[in-house]
Amino acid sequence: MYAYDEIDRTLVNERVSEFRDQVKRRLSGELTEDEFKILRLQNGVYLQLHAYMFRVAIPYGTLASNQLRALAHVARKYDRGYGHFTTRQNIQFNWIKLAELPDALADLAEVGIHAMQTSGNNMRNVTSDQWAGVAPGEIEDPRIWSELIRQHTTLHPEFSFLPRKFKIAITASDHDRAAIKIHDIGLRLIKNEKGETGFEVLVGGGLGRTPFIGKTIKHFVHGRDILSYIEAILRVYNQYGRRDNIYKARIKILVHELGIEKFSREVEDEWQYIRNSSLQIDDEVIEDIRSRFAYPAYEKLPHMPDELRQAAADPDFEAWRKNSVAPHKVQGYSIVTISLKPIGAPPGDATAEQMDALADLADRYSFGEIRVGHEQNLALPHVAKRDLPALWKALDKLGLATPNVNLITDIIACPGLDYCSLANARSIPIAQELTRRFANHELANLIGRLHINISGCINACGHHHVGHIGILGVEKNGEEVYQITIGGRADEGAALGNLIGPGVKFDEVADVIEDVVEAYLALRERPEELFIDTVKRLGVEPFKERVYATR
Amino acid sequence: MPLVNGGKIADDSFVKLAVDTPLPESGDILVPAERFVGEADALLKRAGKIGVIWPNNRDIAELVPYLGRITVVALVFPTFRDGRAYSQARLLRERYNYRGELRATGQILRDQFVFMLRAGFDSFEVKKQADAEAFMQTAKRYSVFYQPTGDGRITALHRRMQLRHSEGVGT
Repeated sequence: MYAYDEIDRTLVNERVSEFRDQVKRRLSGELTEDEFKILRLQNGVYLQLHAYMFRVAIPYGTLASNQLRALAHVARKYDRGYGHFTTRQNIQFNWIKLAELPDALADLAEVGIHAMQTSGNNMRNVTSDQWAGVAPGEIEDPRIWSELIRQHTTLHPEFSFLPRKFKIAITASDHDRAAIKIHDIGLRLIKNEKGETGFEVLVGGGLGRTPFIGKTIKHFVHGRDILSYIEAILRVYNQYGRRDNIYKARIKILVHELGIEKFSREVEDEWQYIRNSSLQIDDEVIEDIRSRFAYPAYEKLPHMPDELRQAAADPDFEAWRKNSVAPHKVQGYSIVTISLKPIGAPPGDATAEQMDALADLADRYSFGEIRVGHEQNLALPHVAKRDLPALWKALDKLGLATPNVNLITDIIACPGLDYCSLANARSIPIAQELTRRFANHELANLIGRLHINISGCINACGHHHVGHIGILGVEKNGEEVYQITIGGRADEGAALGNLIGPGVKFDEVADVIEDVVEAYLALRERPEELFIDTVKRLGVEPFKERVYATR
Repeated sequence: MPLVNGGKIADDSFVKLAVDTPLPESGDILVPAERFVGEADALLKRAGKIGVIWPNNRDIAELVPYLGRITVVALVFPTFRDGRAYSQARLLRERYNYRGELRATGQILRDQFVFMLRAGFDSFEVKKQADAEAFMQTAKRYSVFYQPTGDGRITALHRRMQLRHSEGVGT
């Protein structure tokens, strides 16, 4: 993982002291709430239904064990003993007191964690593949570039007051785990014919009220030019993005209104002015960043150790291994996903005790490293296969061995009306009920890969548009009503789901989802045909007929 | 509204004219963009310094032919959250080499000073007296900068390279 040097540490400390001054001025009345709002948002502080919510960045989803312990400490000391991992590699604390925030930030700064730009109309936390650096077949570690961009976008003097928020994601694998096509800028790391690193650049993806899949603006931007190219996109957006209507202010609307050809010409013109400037990155700079990423000293281990062979006799272990353990680029090692979706609990939550215990397990079994994915699960990226049975036992004791990764109960959900002042409907209780309905592991396994995404309002924080099944809560005549879509996906084949019929009431949602799943089981050609592929083959109609026939 | 210029609170010699205010015989004036462009020749001939107030939704390139002859460009932040003038400022300084006074006007709090200095502003019409008084202290709040801009401050990447070379890394 990336180790902060004195320069990075100084900046984070300077930011903490600036924020301390801002909080002090707010508490003394020197700043109005309206003035303070923008300042606090630039540091991840929202005013929610019950209290301030505090969002902390986990850049590109990489955490060291001491950092996870610091998050546990914040949960325990300043909050109610838990945190909530989000869909953009952040963690949120829901019950923070304003007067204590500067101290919480200072505690986090000690381990190189910050909350800069985790909200507000600026460049948000740069996200990447949670398997970066360990996934087999990856072109190169995208976190080097993520860190370069993280630095460049931090406290940017020109782009800290954009028309709207701006999100960048990077992937370096064929299978896109970073959902780059639903980001303002998506970067796909590729090599040119000379073997040089560069990026396919996508722009204008995003969900919310008007969802769009990102479009390719340039097929190859050389690595040395990536900062100037991003800067050119931002400069065009900063000047021409709409500021008259918050719902039309994202870059996706500008790209849509101008058309991708005209937009890309504007960017190209701007880029010609700045590409040969001090924004150009030479190899030495990249090497310097790379040198501060620690890579484990892997041992030479057998592909199939005895420990694993013996544990295979235990069906519970096998169920977990088959579900949650993925191949690693180094023989003898695995990537272990840790489900934060236990049956009946809010998706993405972890207690301070779980975080501390996981930090210990990471030290023992994963070279002190933990990853956070956009699916609101965690991962241990470097587990020796011989350690899998022991790790499983330890995780099981912590309630962290639910074998439901990528299954129907691995639900992505926003906090919804239980916490959020923007929400129109509850999300978490819907997720909890669904996990109970599909609690039977055999059934969930029989259904196979199926992503359900739930948002409690049109802002789409639960990414419902790109769920295989998407559930959107809205308010209609004072009642919560849920619209259900099918066929969305967030990966390299990103697509928006289609409505299957009229909205349904809170109490009916789980029944309807059961009917959708039943329809799928009846309609699929063979057990290997995933839900998403059946929808692709048949379209929405046959599902609609079956689900709504009796309603 | 106090003016901060050259790092401290200063008197403002400029009078702001509206579109239809009669032109004073002498003295320094700040003129709205549309009036400036319409009457540029007459305005530039008169005695006294001249500056222009340029709105944040008008192409700053239009101002380029006049840059050598004006003393102040005042850019506008109609609200704290509207950041268009940061881009205009950088273009003026870095692309069009404007060296005169670059003034930030509108909703200016101390929390923007560092961003504005980095974008090339050197004078500020500050909303609150306390913020104006805190200028020097606030301007020094940061010592680390990740992005290169025209202000010449050394970036973090650059400093690291200097450190590497002075430590003889790779030798």
